[in-house]
Amino acid sequence: MVDAIAIRWHGRGGQGTVTACKVFAEACLSDGHYVQAFPEYGPERAGAPIKAYNRVNTKPLRGHYPVLRPDIVVVVDSTLLDCIDVTEGAPDGAAFIVNCNPKNCGDLRAKIKAKPTQRVVAVDASHISIATLGRPMPNAPLIGTVTKVSDMLSLQAVLDDIKVNFSKKFSQKVTQGNLEATRRGYEEGVEL
Amino acid sequence: MTKMVAATGNEAIANAMRLAKVDVCSAYPITPATEIMQRFTSFAANGKVQTEVLLAESEHSAMSGCIGASAAGGRVATATSSQGLALMWEMLLVASGQRLPIVMAVCNRALAAPTNIGCDHSDSMGTRDCGWIQLYSETGQEAFDNMLMAFRIAENMDIRMPVMVCQDGFITSHSIANVQWVEENAAATFVGDYRQSNPLLDLKRPVSYGQLALSDLYMEYRKAHDHTMSLVPQVVREVAAEFKEISGRSYDLFESYRLDDAEIGIVVMSSAAGTTKDIIDRYRDKGIKAGLLKPRLYRPFPYEDVAQALKHLKALAVLDRADSFGASFGPLFLDIAGALSACNERPIMINKIFGLGGRDYMPEQGEHVLDELIQIAKGAPVKAAKEYIGVRG
Repeated sequence: MVDAIAIRWHGRGGQGTVTACKVFAEACLSDGHYVQAFPEYGPERAGAPIKAYNRVNTKPLRGHYPVLRPDIVVVVDSTLLDCIDVTEGAPDGAAFIVNCNPKNCGDLRAKIKAKPTQRVVAVDASHISIATLGRPMPNAPLIGTVTKVSDMLSLQAVLDDIKVNFSKKFSQKVTQGNLEATRRGYEEGVEL
Repeated sequence: MTKMVAATGNEAIANAMRLAKVDVCSAYPITPATEIMQRFTSFAANGKVQTEVLLAESEHSAMSGCIGASAAGGRVATATSSQGLALMWEMLLVASGQRLPIVMAVCNRALAAPTNIGCDHSDSMGTRDCGWIQLYSETGQEAFDNMLMAFRIAENMDIRMPVMVCQDGFITSHSIANVQWVEENAAATFVGDYRQSNPLLDLKRPVSYGQLALSDLYMEYRKAHDHTMSLVPQVVREVAAEFKEISGRSYDLFESYRLDDAEIGIVVMSSAAGTTKDIIDRYRDKGIKAGLLKPRLYRPFPYEDVAQALKHLKALAVLDRADSFGASFGPLFLDIAGALSACNERPIMINKIFGLGGRDYMPEQGEHVLDELIQIAKGAPVKAAKEYIGVRG
């Protein structure tokens, strides 16, 4: 397990990117970490590119500025790869998690322009969410994939936290769907 | 002690209002303070609080509602931001002049034009001379703690003044971070029952508010206000000491960070202070004696204590998240300079304007300021007394 991690999420308004960012932070907090989760501030418009950030640390977090050198970059909507440089600031050891079908995403490493030292993980989060939740909400599976790639906490810790938090607000069916989506996201990420 | 939770700064404020058992809340929504009232009205709708919520048609009316309710004899709170605070301006002076202990959360946000929803301190700085007590918060945790303490400060029978609790719009108001609440009963005991002072609704003892005071009395009235404000720092410290008993968290009029043996220093408020502390640590690791002072109680400004804490420095930069346009300096700089003006020995001072309209305060900006201070401390001439940083052109 690592001591500190910084994540940058790229999504489009309405895909639950900010929610995923928050849910992951809450799970890390329940696991005993200091956390930050915050979106890039601005008017919120459905479909517009948005960014959100996580910092997770074993020590208190005092900085209040966007993540500049993300250890993990999550691309919730792969169409963003055509218009946004998702590699900005990513260090040599960074990992990219992209929501796309690992068997049908072309040469994703080349498209991202990932360095040989950087990891690229594809996960069909949209497909998983349709199968588990009945609609394309790729955020839930991506929380699972981020959990695996981050090595910050166990899958069980994330599932336990989601179960507690979601049960307060949603039906058992929705909670179960999200748990299954997160578990599958954890297991079905494919490193390219 | 309650367990750590993940919460936004706005959620923290709403929760403090819930724990304080506010009688009346009169408000009008505005980004980025809207979430405070969204959450608080949900408490009211779900029976978590017995508060009478007045949804006004403007911020001017919202503050007017607070004034009426507070004069009537109830505990009153509200929240606003930016243009909303600007629209309240006229009524802010009525609230403070009538000595009404209203507590208001402010999510600091830039003012139009041009329209902007990002953080800066222009809104509350523009109201710093409205007779309100102002507390500034670095984090959501501090916003929560300051909000709870604000009721005690405002309602102190020797004070009876309105209090503004400021935090950085979006930067902390919308960021999720670790927050620790205060247990319900402990909070209720700490804040205590509301004590009335000359309530309008005491029909057996009729009183009148908002009288005319012309040249024969107005100045004495203002002097009395100033005198009362001079009592505030002591009350702020006493309330903080009691708050520590129930929370374990310490507060003072301002925070000194690695300042005692420092040679160079930065004064900066709210969230930027956290970012700056990390920078200071890195410079300390390099053997550079740097420190930070973070004002918490900004009105009344504790001039003497601030001067004592800063006078030994060789060079000092004051970072303002608001400007007074033209040849003048930012408001915080002017207060720090005023504080140090009575000292025989004092640092060479520079003023930086940063982070306007939501422009991020990045670590490299603070590093450049410290690098400049190192040179000034060595005797290099000051290039510009006031300068914009993190800006193009």
